[in-house]
Amino acid sequence: MIAATIARRCLSAIPTLLISSILVFVIIQLPPGDIVTSRIQQMQEAGAQVDPQRIEALRHQFHLDDPLPIRYLRWVGGMLTGNLGSSLQHDRPVTAIIGSAILPTVAISLAAVVISLGLAIPLGVWAALRRGTIVDHALGLFAYAGLALPSFLIALVANYALFTWFGMSPGGLFSPEYREAPWSLGRVWDLLLHLLVPVLILGLAGVAGTMRVMRANLLDELRKPYVTTARAKGVHPVVLVWRYPVRIAITPIIATVGWLLPYLVSGSVIIAVVLSLPTVGPILLEALRAQDMELAGAIVMLLSVLTVVGSLVSDILLILIDPRVARGQTSAR
Amino acid sequence: MSRPSLTGWLAWFGGWSTKAAPAPGSDQLSTGQLAWRALARNRVAMAAAWVLGLLYLVALIPEPFATCAANFRDSAAVAAPPQPVRIWDDGPRLPFVRPLVAVRHADTLALVWHEDASRRLTLTLFPRGPEYHLLGAIPCQWRLVGLEGAVWHPLGTDRIGQDVWSRLVHGARVSLTIGLLGVTLSFILGVLLGAVAAWYGGWIDGLISRVTDVLISLPAIPIWMGLSAAVPATWPPLGVYLGITVVLSFMGWTGLARQLRARMLAQKDEDFVTAARLAGASTSRVLLVHLVPGSISHLIVAATLAVPGMILGETALSFLGLGIRPPAVSWGVLLQDAQNLQSLAEMPWLLTPALAVFVVVLAFNLFGDGLRDALDPHHQR
Repeated sequence: MIAATIARRCLSAIPTLLISSILVFVIIQLPPGDIVTSRIQQMQEAGAQVDPQRIEALRHQFHLDDPLPIRYLRWVGGMLTGNLGSSLQHDRPVTAIIGSAILPTVAISLAAVVISLGLAIPLGVWAALRRGTIVDHALGLFAYAGLALPSFLIALVANYALFTWFGMSPGGLFSPEYREAPWSLGRVWDLLLHLLVPVLILGLAGVAGTMRVMRANLLDELRKPYVTTARAKGVHPVVLVWRYPVRIAITPIIATVGWLLPYLVSGSVIIAVVLSLPTVGPILLEALRAQDMELAGAIVMLLSVLTVVGSLVSDILLILIDPRVARGQTSAR
Repeated sequence: MSRPSLTGWLAWFGGWSTKAAPAPGSDQLSTGQLAWRALARNRVAMAAAWVLGLLYLVALIPEPFATCAANFRDSAAVAAPPQPVRIWDDGPRLPFVRPLVAVRHADTLALVWHEDASRRLTLTLFPRGPEYHLLGAIPCQWRLVGLEGAVWHPLGTDRIGQDVWSRLVHGARVSLTIGLLGVTLSFILGVLLGAVAAWYGGWIDGLISRVTDVLISLPAIPIWMGLSAAVPATWPPLGVYLGITVVLSFMGWTGLARQLRARMLAQKDEDFVTAARLAGASTSRVLLVHLVPGSISHLIVAATLAVPGMILGETALSFLGLGIRPPAVSWGVLLQDAQNLQSLAEMPWLLTPALAVFVVVLAFNLFGDGLRDALDPHHQR
């Protein structure tokens, strides 16, 4: 039963990927001009005469004379075999350019999810238990502010504050003095500090919403008679809350971790630009500015696959944790 | 009943008739009146509404609120700090500011600004300055508050001497309207697609719901970035503005469509729908006259809460240099200057547009939540 549900969930990711690949292909095709027009422009700038036959040959060479559906299929086929096309601007295969940026991108997004949940769940529980007190109001205010502040604004302010007050430049992965230095304890510490800032900022973006959901869910649970029964029986209050109502209140949050991902991946792109992190974010921006659409499209597709796979994994985890989902008593999404 | 027009408006959007409402003074109120009362009693939501009203007034006619034109370069005040309003100078005075004097630093040769503590420039109401056109047509000379014969920089200037406050005020027009326009577009798309999906069901519903799910589950900013790169660099500012709005709405309609679909699925087998169909109403009439109005109060709340996302989207895109392009001004364009850490350390006042974004988004969220509480008393907080 569980295996069948997981298999069904995996299959449902295929149309999602299909639609997003069409979307990305449209994005690649939208801007005027393509690889051939820019090649021709280069040649003309170099003073060469470009005759129509040469253009025709070039277009044929890059398969630009094929109809769009054929080109789409060829692009998807290339993607499936690990060929993401080649960058116009760098004249190198896309995989070579973004290869080293994938790991930091995934690592930062994942760490942000962990930080979000790790902060949001205890804070939500705290707010629910202290309902109506100053703690609850302060946390509510914080959640509101968190929802209103996009992560790149927080990153800008953090950038400024760290630079002026602590003399630390949070951009990049290392401070200047450690950039070329051999590995040492100081360098590891420096790297951790530089990773901590973006992960915290990104994680905070997800805290606000999750915290409110956690608070509301827990308040619903706390009203139920079994909680009163357990209290009357003298179960220690801390044990009581964490062992029963929290575990039930947490399920919908785990179920919607997949919804956090698009939000966090989205934010990570722009945060990486602000803090100049070596993720795909700055590469994407640079590619778009140069109208290097093959590279940009590959990155957008990569980020989409990342979120789709992420929510797939979270759904599978949920099915494993909560067997009711597999039996169809509650739905995963 | 004190504000019948808004009550009627809310009631109409809520799909209830105001004609059946009992006379004032009676203790029975229509649902619309109840909603209005609940909203008026919610002080936070009302404060947010006033803030938004004021901000949109500024967006409509920014010029009187500014102290100079958005692209005016004050060569005598380059990278100058804010000039705060003072009321104390050996005793109470009329509000005044200190003139700024630039001194070259002996070692770094950089310009350092000092307030000239020996002089006072008294602020005046309605000072006259260079002529501008209100709403693009009415010639006008005065500003709300400022200095006679000099330019006041309440929030300082940027690296080329442009006044940050005036640019902030002028940028409000693009930043604030793009949210409304984008949500309007999303609203139309969302209502159409959501209604069609719920009404026809079958493979049409399957397709629309699937596309909605996919768009919701994709990261918005990279896709916005990719789409906005397609807006040609040769377009005039208005074209870019509309292009960016379309790009933002492209991802924005999904939430509205999903909500409308769910609401309509619950309603489409109700008796009043069957009655309308038996009476010979066409499909579009049943959808637009009978079904959509029943969900519209929910949609309005959803739309209000969707505006900040659009505003943030524009800010993010312009900030990255992919949205509104200079010389047009928006808050995202202004924040581009804050991207450089070095200039930010020298001129922290360049961050003030971030504060403006924060205030607007917060106000929209607070107002939207108040609206929801008022229109849907059963909604769980």
